[in-house]
Amino acid sequence: MDFNLTEERTMLQDMLQRFLAERYDHEARRKLLESGTAYDADILNELAELGILGAIFSEEDGGFGGAGFDISVVFEEFGRAGVIEPILASAVLGGSLVAALGNDEQKELIEAVVGGQSVLALAHGEPTARYDLSDVRTTAAADGNAIVLNGTKTHVINGGQAGKLIVSARESGADTDHVGISLFMVSSDAPGVSINAYQNVDGTSAARVDLTDVRLSAADRLGDAGAAFEAIETAIARGTLAVSAEALGAMDAAKDLTVGYLKERKQFGVPIGKFQALQHRMADVLIEIEQARSAVVNLAGHMEADAATRDLHVSATKNLIGRVGTLVAEETIQMHGGIGMTDEYALSHFARRLTMIDHLFGDVDHHLERFIALSAASGGQL
Amino acid sequence: MDLNYTEEQEAFRAEVRSFLADNLPDHIAEKTRLGKQLTKADTEEWNAILNARGWLAANWPKAYGGAEWNAVERQIFEEEACLAHAPRLVPFGLTMLAPVLLAFGSEEQRQRFLPRILSGEDWWCQGYSEPGAGSDLAAVKTRAVLDGDHYVVNGQKTWTTLGQHANWIFCLVRTNTEVKNQAGISFLLIDMNTPGVTVRPIKLIDGDAEVNEVFFDDVRVPVENLVGEQDKGWTYAKYLLTHERTNIAGVGFSDAALATLKHVAANTASGGKPLNQNPHFAARLAQVEIDLMAMRTTNLRVISAAAKGQAPGAESSMLKVKGTLLRQELTSLLRRAAGPDAMPYLPDYLEGGDNVDAMGPEHAASAAPTYFNMRKLSIFGGANEIQRTIISKAILEL
Ligand SMILES: Cc1cc2nc3c(=O)[nH]c(=O)nc-3n(C[C@H](O)[C@H](O)[C@H](O)COP(=O)(O)OP(=O)(O)OC[C@H]3O[C@@H](n4cnc5c(N)ncnc54)[C@H](O)[C@@H]3O)c2cc1C
Repeated sequence: MDFNLTEERTMLQDMLQRFLAERYDHEARRKLLESGTAYDADILNELAELGILGAIFSEEDGGFGGAGFDISVVFEEFGRAGVIEPILASAVLGGSLVAALGNDEQKELIEAVVGGQSVLALAHGEPTARYDLSDVRTTAAADGNAIVLNGTKTHVINGGQAGKLIVSARESGADTDHVGISLFMVSSDAPGVSINAYQNVDGTSAARVDLTDVRLSAADRLGDAGAAFEAIETAIARGTLAVSAEALGAMDAAKDLTVGYLKERKQFGVPIGKFQALQHRMADVLIEIEQARSAVVNLAGHMEADAATRDLHVSATKNLIGRVGTLVAEETIQMHGGIGMTDEYALSHFARRLTMIDHLFGDVDHHLERFIALSAASGGQL
Repeated sequence: MDLNYTEEQEAFRAEVRSFLADNLPDHIAEKTRLGKQLTKADTEEWNAILNARGWLAANWPKAYGGAEWNAVERQIFEEEACLAHAPRLVPFGLTMLAPVLLAFGSEEQRQRFLPRILSGEDWWCQGYSEPGAGSDLAAVKTRAVLDGDHYVVNGQKTWTTLGQHANWIFCLVRTNTEVKNQAGISFLLIDMNTPGVTVRPIKLIDGDAEVNEVFFDDVRVPVENLVGEQDKGWTYAKYLLTHERTNIAGVGFSDAALATLKHVAANTASGGKPLNQNPHFAARLAQVEIDLMAMRTTNLRVISAAAKGQAPGAESSMLKVKGTLLRQELTSLLRRAAGPDAMPYLPDYLEGGDNVDAMGPEHAASAAPTYFNMRKLSIFGGANEIQRTIISKAILEL
C-alpha cells in the first residue's frame, strides 16, 4: 500500500497550489462573478501554460497524465480555490470524449484544448432526463448525405463559451435505450443552434441549447453510429471524479475558514471555539471530510478498472460526497452565524458549490439507488 | 383529551378560508407560491387588505385596531394563510414592537405609533444585532448620550432585515457604561430619516439583499422616543424575543412547503416513475411528514397553554429548534426534487419578471435560493445553539 502521490503528481499539486494562492483570490473571483463574465481567460491561459489541462490527457492523446489520480489532484486544488474556468467541461468531459472516440483528424482538436485556445462543452442532458444518462430524445435523422439534429439540451456546462459542442443524439432505439446514441461535434455558431447561457447558483456558467434542423455530415460524428453510450458513461465517470475531488477541496477550504473563525470570533467574552457544542460538531465535520478524502481516493484508484467496478465506486463516492458536502455546507454556515450567509465572505461560495455538486451527475438518492442496483448485479463479487 | 377543534374554531377557520379565497390577490399568491421576491408595494397591498378587515394585527387589542385573537385563532389563521400562499407578514412593527409598546410604552407612544403601523405609514425594522453583539446581544455598543432633550446616538447595527424599506428602527442602545452589560441598555425608537443615519445593503448567499448595515453618526433622537425607563431596555428586549420565537416555529409554512413538495414529487419523473415512488426520496418525504404531524401537535400543546394565559417560556425554544429544522429539511428536499433544474440562478425571474425564462419547471427556479436563505432560520431569533442552552438550563436544570 502507498497512499502518497507520485513525485510528478506532488510537483503538479505544489505548482498548482502556489499558482492559485497567488493568482486566484476570492475578491477578484467575486468581482468577476458579479460582472456576469463566465471566467477569466487569462487565468485559463496561464493554467494551460502550466500544463494543468495536459494533466487530464494521456501521453498518447497529447497530454502527460490522464489517470484518475491526475484528475483528482488537479480538481482538489480547483475546489480549494473556487476555480470556475471551463476545464471540467472542456478537458474532462468534451476532451475525454474526443480522445476516446475521435479519429486522427478530430483528435487534432485536443491540442487546442490542452493549450486553452479552444473550449469544448458536452451537450448531453435533456429536460426529461434528470440524472439518467441514457435518456436521449434529441434526434439525428439521415437526410440524403446529411444528418439533421433536432432537440433541446439543458444544463450544458460552459455551453455559452464553447466553440464546439459535443452533442448527443439518438439515431435509433427508444427514448432511454443505451444503444442508438451517437455523439456529434457541432460548431456553436452553426445554423439552427441557439444557445441560452446563464449563471448557476454557484457562479459557474451553463446554457440551454436548442437544436433546430442543424445539418451535419457523417464526418462530424464521433465514433460509430449509435455506439457512444459507453464513452459517455466513462466521460461522466471522469467528470464525477473531478467534481468529487473539487468538493473535497471546497470542504477543506470551508473547514479551514470555520476553524479560523471559531478561534477568532468572540461572544460572551470567549472565542466561540471554546463552546463544546461547537467543538464536537467541528470534530464531526473533520471526521466526515476524512471519509470524503478516502472516497475520492477510492474512486480515483478505480478509474481505470473495468466498467462495473468503476461504476460501483462512482456511485459510492458520489453518494458520500453528496451527504458530506451538505453537512459541511450547512454546519460551517451555522457555526459562522450571519457572516456565513454573506456573499462577500468566501464561505458562502464554497457552500454553494458543495451544494450544487450534489446536483451534478446524480445526487445522493440517485447514486444510492444506482449503487444498490450495481451491487446486486455484481452478486456481491466486488 | 380532545384533539378536535371546537365548533367555533372550525367556523373561524372556514371564515378565514373564504376571506383568503376572495381577497388574496392572485399576483401576490403566485409570487409567494413560486418563491419569488415580494416588492414593498406587494406587502403594502396585502397589509391594507387585511387591515380593512381588521385582521392585520392579530394579537393587538381591539381598542387599538387589532383582531385580539387568542393563540389558537392566530395559529388557525397562519395555517390557512400559508396554505393559500399569502405572504408572510413582516413582523417588526406588528408582532415585535407593538407588544412592547402595549406592555411598556406610554399611552402617547401607543397613540402615535400603533395606528401608523396599521395604515402602512411606518415600516419598522429591528436594530438589535451589531458586529460584536450577535448571540451575546447584551454586548451592544451603540451609544446614546443624553444631551438636553435629545439622545445623541453613535454606532452600528447589522443584519437589519428589510431595513431598506423602513423609515423607523427600534434599537437597543447603551446608555450606561458603568454597570454590567444588561443593566445599561435602553430601548430607543429612531426615525431613519434623521440626519446621520446610513443604510447599506448586504448581499446574502441566495443573491438577494434582504439585510442591511445601519450606521448612526451623531444622530439626534428626541427623549420622548425612549420606551419605558432608561437603562431598563434589556427587560423589554427579552419580552420581545419570546414573541419573536413563537412566530419562528412556522408550522403553517411547513404545511405549505409539504403540500408543494408532495405536488412536485408526484409530478417529477425520475428513472421512469414519479419521484414520490423513488424509495429513497419517498422515505425522506415520509420522515418529514411524520415529524410534522407531531410538530403540529407540539405546537398546539404549547399554544393552547399560552391561550389559557400561561406565557410560553423555554417551551418556545423547543418550538424554534424543531420547527426551524423541519422547515430547513423541507427546503432541502424541494431542492433535491428539483434535480439538475435547481442549478440555474435566475434573479430576473425571482424578482417577479413574468416573461423571463424559468429554464425548467417553475417551482425549481427558487429551490436552491430558498434552501440557502432558510439557513437563517437556525441562526436568527437566537441561534439554535442558544435555544438548546436555554432548554437545558430552564427545563432540564442542567
Ligand atoms: C438573514 C438574517 C436576518 C437577521 N435579521 C435581523 C434583524 O432584523 N435585526 C437584528 O437585530 N438581527 C437580525 N439578525 C441577526 C441574528 O439575530 C444574529 O445573526 C444571531 O443572533 C447570531 O449572531 P451572529 O450572527 O453574530 O453569530 P454568533 O453569535 O457569532 O454565533 C456564531 C456561532 O456560534 C454559536 N454560539 C454563539 N454563542 C454560543 C454559545 N454560548 N454556546 C454555543 N454556541 C454558541 C452560534 O449558535 C453560531 O452557531 C439576522 C440574521 C440573519 C442571518
